[in-house]
Amino acid sequence: MAMDESVRKAVLGAVPSLRAFAISLCGNVDRADDLVQETLLRALANIDSFQPGTNMSAWLFTILRNHFRSEYRKRRREVEDSEGHYAETLKTQPEQHGQVELREFREALAHLPADQREALILVGASGFSYEETAHICGCAVGTIKSRVNRARTRLAELLSINGADEFGPDEQTRAVLARGGE
Amino acid sequence: METAATRQKKDHTKPAKLGREVQARLGQQLRAMYDDVVSQGVPDRFAELLNRMDGNGNKDKR
Repeated sequence: MAMDESVRKAVLGAVPSLRAFAISLCGNVDRADDLVQETLLRALANIDSFQPGTNMSAWLFTILRNHFRSEYRKRRREVEDSEGHYAETLKTQPEQHGQVELREFREALAHLPADQREALILVGASGFSYEETAHICGCAVGTIKSRVNRARTRLAELLSINGADEFGPDEQTRAVLARGGE
Repeated sequence: METAATRQKKDHTKPAKLGREVQARLGQQLRAMYDDVVSQGVPDRFAELLNRMDGNGNKDKR
């Protein structure tokens, strides 16, 4: 069957975010793109099981996440060099403002357990609700909340921003400005 | 009694609560990292893949 144009657009529209999610799961752009490709092929082969009117993005994320879990985690031990590889793959991207800070952040993120990392990304960056994230990950909403909390705490530790002192007067000034400034 | 109740409390002990500033900063970095990729748009290989599937849909299903 030919694909409905609106379905094709919805799938295409979800690709940038799917890639961002995949890269955060794999820590490697090439493997992430393969993961996205396999996800799209699976999705298209099973497009009939997609219910029109429901969230296409959440559906695709679920397929990607499950595929990653079943296939890629097996291989992960073979390529267990997350940090080095993060740095390498990032070098292929153009240098941008704040790139160093981003690289440190990615490295810290790579240290989180996979469960916590995916929950944090889905809620904090992909823009899914706790309920949607619980559905994508196949677990309870409370579990997602707890994973997100632990992920944040661990990240703050790894990045040494676990105390308000770390911010210094600049940050305090900014906070005051944020409250009062319009 | 410091059995079930205590144990349960321990299990549910939350990590020290992060300040709003810390949470905001983490959220900002997380989105910056993510949006860095999102802003790259749709690589050609995926656009081509979808176009191909679209065009060959009938043939493949036969």
